[in-house]
Amino acid sequence: MTTSARDTAEAAVSLSGVSRRFSDTVAVENLDLDLAPGEFFALLGPSGCGKTTTLRMVGGFELPDSGRIRLGGQDVTNLPPHKRDVNTVFQSYALFPHLNILDNVGFGLRRSGVSKAEADRRSNEYLDLVGLSGFGRRRPTQLSGGQQQRVALARALVNHPKVLLLDEPMGALDAKIRKSMQLELKRIQREVGITFLYVTHDQDEAMSMADRLAVMNMGRIEDMGEPHRVYDRPATEFTAQFLGACNVLPLLADASGAHLPDGSAVVVDGRAAPAGAGWKIGIRPEKLHLQPVGEASPAPAAANSTTATVTEISYLGASTDVVLATPWGSVVQAYVQNTGAERPVARGDEVRLSWHSSQCFYLPPGEVHTGDDETETEAAA
Amino acid sequence: MRLRRWRRMSVPYALALLGSAWMIVLFLIPLISQLSVSLMTGDPEQGYNLTWNFGIYAELFGPGAAVPYALFLGRALLFGGAATLITILVGYPVAYFLAFRVPRRWKTPLLSLVVMSLLVSFIIRTYMWGFILGGHGPILTWLRALHLAGPDFHILDTAGAVIGGLAYNSFPYMVLPIYAVLERIDPRTFEAAADLYASPRVGFFRTTLPLSRAGIFSGILLVFIDSVGDPVNSQLLGGKTTYMIGQAIQDSYLIQQQYNVASALSAVLMLALGVILFAYARFFGTENIEDLV
Repeated sequence: MTTSARDTAEAAVSLSGVSRRFSDTVAVENLDLDLAPGEFFALLGPSGCGKTTTLRMVGGFELPDSGRIRLGGQDVTNLPPHKRDVNTVFQSYALFPHLNILDNVGFGLRRSGVSKAEADRRSNEYLDLVGLSGFGRRRPTQLSGGQQQRVALARALVNHPKVLLLDEPMGALDAKIRKSMQLELKRIQREVGITFLYVTHDQDEAMSMADRLAVMNMGRIEDMGEPHRVYDRPATEFTAQFLGACNVLPLLADASGAHLPDGSAVVVDGRAAPAGAGWKIGIRPEKLHLQPVGEASPAPAAANSTTATVTEISYLGASTDVVLATPWGSVVQAYVQNTGAERPVARGDEVRLSWHSSQCFYLPPGEVHTGDDETETEAAA
Repeated sequence: MRLRRWRRMSVPYALALLGSAWMIVLFLIPLISQLSVSLMTGDPEQGYNLTWNFGIYAELFGPGAAVPYALFLGRALLFGGAATLITILVGYPVAYFLAFRVPRRWKTPLLSLVVMSLLVSFIIRTYMWGFILGGHGPILTWLRALHLAGPDFHILDTAGAVIGGLAYNSFPYMVLPIYAVLERIDPRTFEAAADLYASPRVGFFRTTLPLSRAGIFSGILLVFIDSVGDPVNSQLLGGKTTYMIGQAIQDSYLIQQQYNVASALSAVLMLALGVILFAYARFFGTENIEDLV
């Protein structure tokens, strides 16, 4: 599977310079997005970040104030929803309560001129695909939330759209069903090979299913790429904090390189020390190593290492969640795996905190808009 | 403990008892007494006695009837049906507009406006229409002044005036139930229809209309029953050619004091309405009884 739509001649969906304002607030600002055919793409962000507005513009339910939207090369910017080769799975499912399941699934086929018998045949095929064979004669109200969602999925997929839009489709499901639905959705997407544009605020969902994801904030894309790249090397502080937990420490940069406020040197693999003020370093809590100060390795304190005091410990069984305070007052979180090998730390202990230079990242000052191209090369490093 | 449980379990029955008593005292007893009065014979001076006179029904509605009650009934059903149709055609767009197109803060004032007409006495409202549409009323005066109407042209005393009056008076009873049903529809349903290639027109006939069927059904019940039995509009806006069954019931009861005739007419009206509405409910295809409520 291609990871960048730019590799292929024609993107399944392409948004260029799309903006949408609601009275005085900007919902989406100058957004560029290309989805490759057959790609599972997740738009991830907090509520109000513009992800749903973006999806609704692709579906035709909102019109952009500026910019173009193309589907498989065809400009659909101003086409109404019923003339777009796009289908949507709504958050509330929006099944037709007056129709039975079979007629719900066949609705789109019937509207595009398929005969009743043929529509029924194909609808049954897709009900099979989502594991609801034999439910055709029931009414939507007779189905559970999870089943209704499968119907909504079948109703959209049966039309073979150029792209399937999913608007937080798991929002109303409980955690257990959600987990199994994620696996199932990924399987279905592989089977039908349709491009999925999946909007969610749940990072686990996005990371586990998406081929690529974009993190949105305040109407802009903060970072975009494969999940592991965005997680391991987030482009912005917002992305780092939104996608999982992240320790962000201030940096002082001078001619000799980057330092933490206590003077310890900081090195990041493949990256030159940043010049200028306001840069920070990000380290994921699970990437930190703790060692009681007394038995620190005889080698002098190398780069990417500092001391901190344990202030809080929560034992979670598989791991221990340790909160530490650095001498300059930053709060740091570390997840320590309980392998049984390490000596447990206690509250008040002074520990040496270290991390590998491949597992930390510089974060630019302020808010920086970063596209896919810029960061792709760094991810390879 | 046991007493408490008994009490709790008896509450629904106690509540049902109240409702049942209400139905028996205010519906069942009057219904039975009405039916029995229709089988009495006598006259206002001597009083009436129950003689099981089933013949009265044939007498009133048979081919040789002295007064054409069958015609009055047929006319009432026709006028009532026409008025119901008008309220649907006019009321549905109003309800649709209120439910989907009006900004939220304007909904309550506009709905109040629909209901407001009910605050004025029904008789006064109808009288006012009689004045407005009458020979010396503003409309005809203007039409004559503009030479759009001849000196003999009149609006009152016509079927149109009566049907218009019926439709006007029942209008809120059609708008409100349709509005209530439309308002409950998830707007995403319409987006889903558009998403699945339904143009706005197709989307309306495939989703909005079927989903508002229950509201239309309630509206038809309220408007049709009310209009067919109405004695006031035909009396105030109509004339000899628009005489309806409701008027006949009222006149035979209050003026001729033929209680048996009034009761028999009313029983036939009730039967006719019952049969029509039952047939309509079956014909309208209600697989689910819940669709109606």
